[in-house]
Amino acid sequence: MRHDHLLTAKQLSRADIETVLDRAAAFDDDPAAAAERHADALLALCFFEPSTRTKMSFETAAKRLGGDVIDMGSVESSSVKKGESLADTVRVVEGYADGIVLRHPKQGAAKMASEHVDVPVVNAGDGAGHHPSQTLLDLYTIREHAGLDDISVGIMGDLKYGRTVHSLAHALTNFDVHQHFVSPESLRLPRSVRYDLHEAGAQVQEHDSLDAVLPNLDVLYVTRIQRERFPDEDEYEAVAGEYSITPETLEAAKDDLAVMHPLPRVDEIAAAVDDTENATYFEQAHNGVPVRMALLDLLLDDD
Amino acid sequence: MTDTELRVSKIQSGTVIDHVSAGEALHVLKLLGIDGTEGTTVSLGMNVPSDRMGRKDVVKVEGRELSDSEAEVLSLIAPEATINIIRDYDVVEKRRVERPTEVGGVLVCPNRECITNAGEPVDPTFAVLDDGLRCEYCGDLVREDITAHLRD
Repeated sequence: MRHDHLLTAKQLSRADIETVLDRAAAFDDDPAAAAERHADALLALCFFEPSTRTKMSFETAAKRLGGDVIDMGSVESSSVKKGESLADTVRVVEGYADGIVLRHPKQGAAKMASEHVDVPVVNAGDGAGHHPSQTLLDLYTIREHAGLDDISVGIMGDLKYGRTVHSLAHALTNFDVHQHFVSPESLRLPRSVRYDLHEAGAQVQEHDSLDAVLPNLDVLYVTRIQRERFPDEDEYEAVAGEYSITPETLEAAKDDLAVMHPLPRVDEIAAAVDDTENATYFEQAHNGVPVRMALLDLLLDDD
Repeated sequence: MTDTELRVSKIQSGTVIDHVSAGEALHVLKLLGIDGTEGTTVSLGMNVPSDRMGRKDVVKVEGRELSDSEAEVLSLIAPEATINIIRDYDVVEKRRVERPTEVGGVLVCPNRECITNAGEPVDPTFAVLDDGLRCEYCGDLVREDITAHLRD
């Protein structure tokens, strides 16, 4: 992989993805081998929005590689509160760290940040835009369970604002994957993502209900439908109920269907699903560490 | 000599933009940041008969020569336009607009959640597609009514 930054999943070729996943698998098999690979590396975590998994797994990944992190902390306690621009913030942080992991509410924030610094920038979520490191761990999980070719993947929930969805959809166009998008009309894929899928010649179908497509799926990627996307509570409740998964829902699915979710979940996957063979989302979250180790290893490598 | 060329020759110095798509002349002025308050002498011909285009608009701006970036964006709203640079009543340069691969600095992104609309030091930049524009930062597509997104 020869990239200075990781800004969107669109920039990743099949070979790039396989390089990251293979290295992640190697770290997974032999964590000790990674221990001192980046002993002097310092990674800056700049999260302008809340995060649990992404931030903690990047921190874990940096430390497992022998490095360390510095954390900007919350926006409330930073100079951003005084009106500092993102451009200035990253220019300052560049002087402290060997790489920057950035989450920001504005789309394109990571790209702009990357134009102001010479250290690698990883987009850890830019508003409703992209979340490519999440996609790499999603792909790692899919590869473990179903392989990445000749499969059908259902992606359900908030497809309009879901950045994990946008990045995953882009990345899957590198593989022989039939993508089924399941959502209410109001939360269908944005025009820009449809455009890219069309340009990539992706095999795509859109559905307003899971029923017809569920029996064919190898992977079902569920995302949270957020309350604030709906004008009133009743409409939200009706829609949210329709796009949720229970053990009963899964009776119509293949036995080895992998149910995934970027987390956090609220009601869209019932707790009872956790005990089924299909539940893959906690394993998916754990995969964040070896995959982000591999990503950092590649981006921080000067060779 | 046609009537249009006669009018062109009457400018002492400045730019004549000919073969503008009929009805787009006011957008051309907006693109150039001309609203009449800056004192520039401007003449407009709208829906002028044209052998090549049926109808066309013509914009004459005295005392100002079009920059390359202005010409690039002009190509998006007036793809047939020709630019005549006039000095001392002579046409010293005549060229067609060329469609660029990228435009920056004159359009704003329609996506309010785009980093280019967040007060950061970044110029909105757009990739030029066959059928529209695309923000290089947020990826939003602009396919209809490009002139509505001209920077004020």
